[in-house]
Amino acid sequence: MTTTLPPVDRAPLRRRRRRAIGVQIACVLVSLFMAVPMILIGLAAVSSPRALLEFPKPLVPSGFSADTLLAFVQATGTVPALGNSLLAGVYTMVLSLLVGAPAGYALARQVFRGNDAYQVFMLLARALPIVVLSVPLATMFLRFGVYDTVFSVTLLHTTLALPTTVLISASIFVSVPADVEEAARVFGCGRFEAARRVVFPLALPGLAASSIFTFVLSWNEILGAAVITLGHRTLPAQVLASLGEAPQAYRFAGGFALILPALVFILVMRRYLVNMWGTTLR
Amino acid sequence: MAVAVLEAGKRRRLAGSPWLLLAPSVVFMLALFGWPVVQALISAFTDESGFTLAAWDRLFGDPYFLKALRNTLLLIAIVVPVQLVLAVAMALLVQARPKFLSGHFYLWTIPLAVSELAAGLVWLSVFDSRGYLNSLLVSWGLSGTGVQWLSYTNTGTMLLAVVIAEIWRATSLVFVIVVAGIQMVPKDFDEAAQVFGASAWQRLWHVTLPQLKPSLQVALILRTILAMQAFAVAQALTGRDFPLLVGETYQWYVNLQNPAVASAAALVVLALSLVTALFYLRTMRQEAK
Repeated sequence: MTTTLPPVDRAPLRRRRRRAIGVQIACVLVSLFMAVPMILIGLAAVSSPRALLEFPKPLVPSGFSADTLLAFVQATGTVPALGNSLLAGVYTMVLSLLVGAPAGYALARQVFRGNDAYQVFMLLARALPIVVLSVPLATMFLRFGVYDTVFSVTLLHTTLALPTTVLISASIFVSVPADVEEAARVFGCGRFEAARRVVFPLALPGLAASSIFTFVLSWNEILGAAVITLGHRTLPAQVLASLGEAPQAYRFAGGFALILPALVFILVMRRYLVNMWGTTLR
Repeated sequence: MAVAVLEAGKRRRLAGSPWLLLAPSVVFMLALFGWPVVQALISAFTDESGFTLAAWDRLFGDPYFLKALRNTLLLIAIVVPVQLVLAVAMALLVQARPKFLSGHFYLWTIPLAVSELAAGLVWLSVFDSRGYLNSLLVSWGLSGTGVQWLSYTNTGTMLLAVVIAEIWRATSLVFVIVVAGIQMVPKDFDEAAQVFGASAWQRLWHVTLPQLKPSLQVALILRTILAMQAFAVAQALTGRDFPLLVGETYQWYVNLQNPAVASAAALVVLALSLVTALFYLRTMRQEAK
């Protein structure tokens, strides 16, 4: 009498493989959705002005030329505007973290009267369309002699970014367990010491992420920068202002030029994020 | 021992007031936000002779405004849910550790740093009447001359173009918030559920999503309010043919030189944003209880 082994059940293995393939396909699809438009505007930006007028356009442009991009770069104000954008972004990042992170920490750790009122106030600030702020702020900046400076743009953008910084850093600090902080205090750290040596390092990845939003917020902001400044425009404000009379070639070159720093910026920040955000993203 | 406890108590009382930490932000916001808002309110409700509703009359009498209101709400109703689902799906894909993860992750986060205006210009190269999409359609013989995607007569395709551009641009933001949140979720819960035989769907619905609630709440509020302020995408794609609320505010201020009506339009956006934010906060909080 021989015992027959039951057949090997391969279904779970197959399911696993099918799942992995599905995940892979989904990833590629999302990546294509993100990348293809950028590749297209890149192609448009390196096409010669004549190739841009062709229709239907071949996927590979018939004439490559740097003319389109050069014309954009050499247009008055483009290069200084880029500098202004970067400066305003970095200043905004630092200022809003300095002012916002402590507030987020307080919100996360303490129950106090006025908690709700404070949060509603911050949300209110975030909900305010920038146009309303810009007009009275422009007159105020004029009065204090800081109109049309990177500093004034920084103040405006920090006003915009601060509520987000506070809310996000609060949710970051909430996720840092209070136990570790209490443990640190049991072992003799002061409140400030515990926050600096235990809580802050644990919250740093999240804070870094929230700083990205801040920079991007400043980088993306167009309306306020356009109203607050005349000679010291940020790059998007500069492009917006020239959009009316610009030919199609300028638009595509401008759009591409606005994307390029984003590619570099995220590439640099990605390393940082990947290291900071732990094991999943390696 | 007793002294140590006493000292700790004193220290807590000394450093304990949250308002020390909150004060800088409050002062900053009052000066740069409170004051301008008051100015805006004043200018929306007054003219040289005092209180008036003239600005509001002009605003609501303007056909562009009602269209802008409708378009804005429509845009939010379509874009925000799609982004939320897409971002959670993307975060789960990241959790599944696909090959080339860092490459995918890079591509998915690039739009984070792409300005709204640039996103509009990017999709302009696709949807333009002589753009890449029409080139494709014509060279595949699907259409004789291509579709006028951004023509003012085709409201539907204009909406579609703006929706796609917005999804392309802003899903990254939700994605990063959700990924940050998902990393904080302890793996044990998911594994425990797995041990007890929960299906992938059950684990997502009963384990992961509840843990993600704080991140989702932040993402929802942020995205809805930011979508309310969408402007440059539509501006780059269609000019004024697809009016949005903030675009109208800009029109009234910059081109029509009427700060009073601009303030009124902006206050409408403000009111809508507030209602949404409070609505989200309330529902989320009630569910948490």
